[in-house]
Amino acid sequence: MSAANSSGIVRASGAGQRFLRYLLYALLVLFCLYYLVPLYVMLTTSLKTVGEIRTGSLMALPDAPTLGAWSKAWDTACVGVRCDGLKPYFWNSVVMVVPAVLLSTLLGALNGYALTKWRFRGANIIFALMLFGAFIPFQVVLLPMARTLGLLGLAGSVFGLILVHTVYGLAFSTLFFRNFFVGVSDSIVNAAKIDGAGFFRIFFAIMMPMALPAIVVTIIWQFTQIWNDFLFGVAFTIGDSNPLTVALNNLVNTSTGVKEYNVDMAAAIIAALPTLLVYIIAGKYFVRGLAAGAVKE
Amino acid sequence: MASISLNNVFKRFGSTEVLKGIDLEIEDGEFIVLVGPSGCGKSTLLNLISGLETISEGEVLIGDKRVNNVPPKDRDIALVFQSYALYPTKNVRDNITFGMQTRKVPESEQQAALSEVSEMLHIDHLLERKPGQLSGGQRQRVAMGRALVRKPEVFLFDEPLSNLDAKLRIEMRTEIKKLHQRLGKTIVYVTHDQIEAMTLASRIAVMDNGHIRQFADPTTVYEDPVDLFVASFMGSPPMNMLPGKILRDGGLFIEPAGDTSGLRFPVPGEIASRFTANEGHEVVLGLRPETIFAAGAELAGPDRFVFERPIDVIEPTGPDTMLVFTIGETEMIARVRPQDEAPVGTSFRFEVEMAKAKLFDRATGVRL
Repeated sequence: MSAANSSGIVRASGAGQRFLRYLLYALLVLFCLYYLVPLYVMLTTSLKTVGEIRTGSLMALPDAPTLGAWSKAWDTACVGVRCDGLKPYFWNSVVMVVPAVLLSTLLGALNGYALTKWRFRGANIIFALMLFGAFIPFQVVLLPMARTLGLLGLAGSVFGLILVHTVYGLAFSTLFFRNFFVGVSDSIVNAAKIDGAGFFRIFFAIMMPMALPAIVVTIIWQFTQIWNDFLFGVAFTIGDSNPLTVALNNLVNTSTGVKEYNVDMAAAIIAALPTLLVYIIAGKYFVRGLAAGAVKE
Repeated sequence: MASISLNNVFKRFGSTEVLKGIDLEIEDGEFIVLVGPSGCGKSTLLNLISGLETISEGEVLIGDKRVNNVPPKDRDIALVFQSYALYPTKNVRDNITFGMQTRKVPESEQQAALSEVSEMLHIDHLLERKPGQLSGGQRQRVAMGRALVRKPEVFLFDEPLSNLDAKLRIEMRTEIKKLHQRLGKTIVYVTHDQIEAMTLASRIAVMDNGHIRQFADPTTVYEDPVDLFVASFMGSPPMNMLPGKILRDGGLFIEPAGDTSGLRFPVPGEIASRFTANEGHEVVLGLRPETIFAAGAELAGPDRFVFERPIDVIEPTGPDTMLVFTIGETEMIARVRPQDEAPVGTSFRFEVEMAKAKLFDRATGVRL
């Protein structure tokens, strides 16, 4: 009955303890199921035919799984009046999200670096103001931003949307990088200054390679935010330049004929896949980055 | 030529004045140690010399060039940081050559400098490693290597050994001294460790609260301190500081405060002769632990004084044993040979070499 594990913290043992432990796991499994059920329903429904959905149970597995709904959602489903599926809008989103994420990450890193390592009078105030941007409800800025885009001649274009996302992404990306760089010893920067390096050389040669965890966190965060954004997309783009989220909405809300739940589900999953992919690829850095600086390495 | 001159240097951060008028003349090739308690301004002074901080008032000259407004990279200096400040994502090779890469030194010269320095510091087998894969001593060597490849006229060290364990610290201390003897460049070295200061320096600047209290060679600072602060800061265990009063009774005596046993320390004629204070003047008698020993342990000499006190605490250190006893309300430490040790509580006959006693004015702290 002695503790089986020979490493880690010493735990109390005994029947009561074991019971509590099983209870804990049971509870965790329950929560896990609760969380996964919607995904299960989406997946199974997307693999069924319309007929099967109408007659069968919501929870049942598909009788004969088919990818028909997926190819329809991707290629031929009608979004508004255009019937090319989600494909063109998916590429709209990619074209928008890649530069917006890279720009907001790069500028956020530059901000964080300047705010912590080249301290100037009023740096804290500027940071506080930028942080304020993280808490503004975006609905507030819709009208002024629309006017600004109009003046810049970017209204209704993907470039306009890239600009909007870059600007509003700065609040969070600056926060992430500032908090990372604040933990980097000033003497490293001083050493580089004595070595003759200037502002940008120190940034690119010394600080950015060190900031890999912060870069990954920011990229995941910005990618998720910008990819999933609906509000700016619906407000600042029209028709063919809509991002995927807006197209998904239009596809699901197109109310002609029978409601094709399988196509809707497939479309929703397609829309969610890229963020999932980014998280799977870079997820371990995400957790590590969020805890960065908490423990001395 | 790289002498360094500091003329009436002030440094203020907002309303706090960290350096309050520093004057320092450092000659070419000297090894200067700035020593003092934390917060005394020694690191700030180093940063002013390196150019990492901007001077508030006064001027800094390196060679005969005024460098107040010269950025660090153009000052022909190299700095070794307390935290080493290695670039964590670069390997040892790139850490050392980064400065040369930045200054666009030709590749072949870089290689030559790198191999010369890495052989000198015995880090040539570590060139591909990242700082995270090095031990503390190895990181210290890489940090020194990075400074050495610059071939600067002035080396600045900011508490370079304080992150090392005791054994390594002594090793590296010797190596730094060897390095200085070999290169003959001017070194300014900041530490709070007075033993480091004594062992390394050609001259020591003892700093306190933004001022330089004394600037002299190690022996002078130790044997001839200008005031109470310098006397108590240099030496380990520290100098015994016994408050008392002047008594003139045929000769000059110090009567310890709070002592009821009638103990009086006779002041030798040499010290007494340059001494004009009146009877009753409040002074502090400074006695280094090694000037108090077991009676009869050393050959008889002039100006010895013997007294008895019970032992409170015994602290063996190996070569010597420290005996703690009390005079009045002051705790005193004597340094005796281990074989002279006696049990705690027994009365012990101490002998003092009064010729090495220092007298300070109690009110001003100035040496009398």
